[in-house]
Amino acid sequence: MVKFLLRRLTVAVLVALTVLTLSFLLTRLSGDLAISIAGPSATAQDVEIIRQAYGLNRPVYVQYLDWLFRAVQGDFGDSYFFRDRVSNLIGARLPITMTLGLVGLGLALIVALPLGIIAAVRENTWLDRTVMMVALVGQAMPSFWLGLILMVWLGLNLGLLPISGTGGPEYYVMPGIVLAFSAIPSLMRLTRSGMIEALSSDYIRTARAKGLSRLSILVKHGFRNAAIPVVSIAAVQLGFMLGGSIVIETVFAMHGVGYLAWESISKNDYPVVQAVVLVLALIYIALTLLADLLNAVLDPRLRTA
Amino acid sequence: MMPSGDRSAESGEGLNRPAENASLLEVENLRVTFGGTAAVRGISLKVEKGETHCLVGESGCGKSVTSLAVMGLLARGGKREAERLAFAGTDIRNYGEREMSRLRGDRMAMIFQEPMTSLNPAYTVGSQMTEVLRRHRGTPRAQAVDRAAELLGRVGITAPGLRLGQYPHQLSGGLRQRVMIAMALMCDPELLIADEPTTALDVTVQAQILRLLAGIQKELGLGILLITHDLGVVARIADRVSVMYAGEVVESGPTAELFGDPQHPYTRGLLTCIPVPGKVKRDEPLGSIPGIVPRIPPGYVGCAFRDRCPHAHAECSGEIPRRAAGPGHEVLCTLPAGWPEGRMGRQAA
Amino acid sequence: MSGAVLPGQGAWRRLLRNAGFALGALIVGIVLVVAILAPWITPYDPFAVNLEARLVPPSFMEGGTAANFLGTDQLGRDYLSRLIYGARISMIIGIATVITSGLIGTTIGILGGFYGGRVDDVVMFLITARLSIPVVLVALAVAGLLGSSFLLVILVLGLLLWDRFAVVARSTTMQLRTLDYVSAAWCAGSSQMSVLMREILPNIATHLAVVATLEMALAILLEAALSFLGLGVPAPLPSWGLMIAEAKEYMFFTPWVILVPGIALFVLVLGVNLLGDALRDMLGTDLSR
Repeated sequence: MVKFLLRRLTVAVLVALTVLTLSFLLTRLSGDLAISIAGPSATAQDVEIIRQAYGLNRPVYVQYLDWLFRAVQGDFGDSYFFRDRVSNLIGARLPITMTLGLVGLGLALIVALPLGIIAAVRENTWLDRTVMMVALVGQAMPSFWLGLILMVWLGLNLGLLPISGTGGPEYYVMPGIVLAFSAIPSLMRLTRSGMIEALSSDYIRTARAKGLSRLSILVKHGFRNAAIPVVSIAAVQLGFMLGGSIVIETVFAMHGVGYLAWESISKNDYPVVQAVVLVLALIYIALTLLADLLNAVLDPRLRTA
Repeated sequence: MMPSGDRSAESGEGLNRPAENASLLEVENLRVTFGGTAAVRGISLKVEKGETHCLVGESGCGKSVTSLAVMGLLARGGKREAERLAFAGTDIRNYGEREMSRLRGDRMAMIFQEPMTSLNPAYTVGSQMTEVLRRHRGTPRAQAVDRAAELLGRVGITAPGLRLGQYPHQLSGGLRQRVMIAMALMCDPELLIADEPTTALDVTVQAQILRLLAGIQKELGLGILLITHDLGVVARIADRVSVMYAGEVVESGPTAELFGDPQHPYTRGLLTCIPVPGKVKRDEPLGSIPGIVPRIPPGYVGCAFRDRCPHAHAECSGEIPRRAAGPGHEVLCTLPAGWPEGRMGRQAA
Repeated sequence: MSGAVLPGQGAWRRLLRNAGFALGALIVGIVLVVAILAPWITPYDPFAVNLEARLVPPSFMEGGTAANFLGTDQLGRDYLSRLIYGARISMIIGIATVITSGLIGTTIGILGGFYGGRVDDVVMFLITARLSIPVVLVALAVAGLLGSSFLLVILVLGLLLWDRFAVVARSTTMQLRTLDYVSAAWCAGSSQMSVLMREILPNIATHLAVVATLEMALAILLEAALSFLGLGVPAPLPSWGLMIAEAKEYMFFTPWVILVPGIALFVLVLGVNLLGDALRDMLGTDLSR
């Protein structure tokens, strides 16, 4: 177990370093970053000034090591556009994105788990097929389009929710629903297949032979075992949601890190873009690590091995 | 819906009379079908209090289905019908899942063939044992744990305290089957159904488990319905035997009577399959019955064994009468009593 | 032991799956034919601006005209014609991305599965690293830096979406490697290359086909999202995502402007997913993760 964790941790650190390097390389893709920063209307002199100011005249490996060294300490430099520390910007925006992600995941679980369980219990009935159709529909729904439709329908026509912006809890509902939609199909399919497997197992027959209540059979004995893979997928899905927050936050004008990234891309503010890519990737790595830990806690075969 | 058999049986008015001296388990004309296959075709059997009744037959003959049907644990798609299905004198044919779940684990318990997979991998042995008692009796946790430890000791597990905190994957197959037995005994059941409890185990462990079952049966006086394909086992622990073939009981009787005077060609065939030291000569091959148990469609008439029977004749494809062959001994065959002399074609036993 | 399944159920399920397959094939087939025949079947030039007839509703709605079946957009361009050309963009993006990412992912996966050991460690590392990169964000950043173009979208998506191909190719190759006939070919002195090409590739092809449909659906959705955010396929190309973005300003007054391209996108992706589902059921394997 300790060995497994150490190995897992080593991989996580290596992946994190790789992502650090990639996010540095990302901004060097265009060849000359100074020209990109200066924008199309800048003169050669402006570009030269920018090059000096941001240290872009140094050799690339010096720039890389400097960036790496600072990034590890949580220093992502200054934003060109917002005239603030990048770390401050991200620190201020991250709670909004995290809240949104958790709302989305929460909604997804509330819908996906019961539906997945019901579909499994009623396997091969019209109910099961309906649930699976819902999964297919959810998979095919473009999230930004669904967002717009909800804005028109719930926001304008019914006037139930604020159409867009950042604010109190009500502002998280529509984007949360849209995010949940993207995670529901895979969570539901996995719950269903896990439950079908669990329900056909010998230990469920034992539980029934013991005369346990239906709830205990389905949830305590069935879902407990089906939940193990669901937990890791839920963590991964949260990572994907945060990574995809740029689309949802832009649609709903929510000022989280995704919106920050989009603004920064449009303003050629590369230190911010680079930092957001890095932060989201690191969160994803942390989440997968967390999922593995949770798995080990949930599955005694892993824990005591 | 839980996967369970449809319990559509004829109304059981007047049959629902718990009697003082009723048999523990009475099954009359039980039929189970899965779609186009008749798995059990009208079997009848009784288990008396404190008696071990063995149900014997090859794999696929419907023994396990019979036991699951009695417990109301048929897989989805299984349809059960019976003229009588009574537990301690009470007709349970129309019991729903809720009523059955009150009986199961409490008054009738079951152990299965696969000890490796029959315990839930996610919970400790202790948790799985105590939940039976907590469910049926509402026993507080501490007392339930004491009871579990006591029973683990009784089924021959040393250091029960340690085992209670362990997970199934940390135990061997033999230990898991002992745990299953102890778990089945938690509520002091009157009936224990054991579906091939030793098949998946090592030979040495098999003997231990059987000795354990026999000991418990004597000690606690419970009725056991033991399903097995091993006649050696039957000879050692059964009071009564029913031999099943293709969904029917072809012969039944007290153990000594049936082994001493087997009447059905299938029973005789089975008996030649076990080596008896001294009786079978060294180089002589053991007997075997050619062919396999056929799949029987509903509405099949005649003896299902006739295609494999060396003594089959024209009458075998008609209705087969059930005839008495001794005290409590019945056989489902057209051959007359004492047939080896009468109309035997070839050697049998 | 615990009983058989009703024979009728299997047949039912197969029928349903076939129905799904038929529907999926129909949708994808129609879109493909429309995309190929676009220049010949469009009623108007999709780029022709007509400021006299802007935001005309579809002909089946109030105020619609027979001239423009699906109405016109904010610049008076015929919506149906743009939709038809948009099908081209979606199909090209979907197919090209699948080919690119499929080649990368399959190669990486087979290498890991076939050689195992250190090679496999590296492959697993690559997959893990790739999964931790937020696709949309990186694609947008690259487009922002290099300037968005049709080719860039294909390239970026192709370079980012190979992970599932690699995962599936790796695990299926691993299973195959231990099978008798592969070992037999191995022992009979076949070269590594010929074992890979003749024994392994054909046998994992069906699994890869399932992944291909999933990835194609994903690529189509991602292109639409990128174009919607203004950093995918550049205007005036009629990408469905871009059409939705351009119509966004008018959606509160004339909701059909976002419904038309949105439904087209939804139906196409549904069709591709239906095909994938039917394929997966046929194989009886679960790759839905």
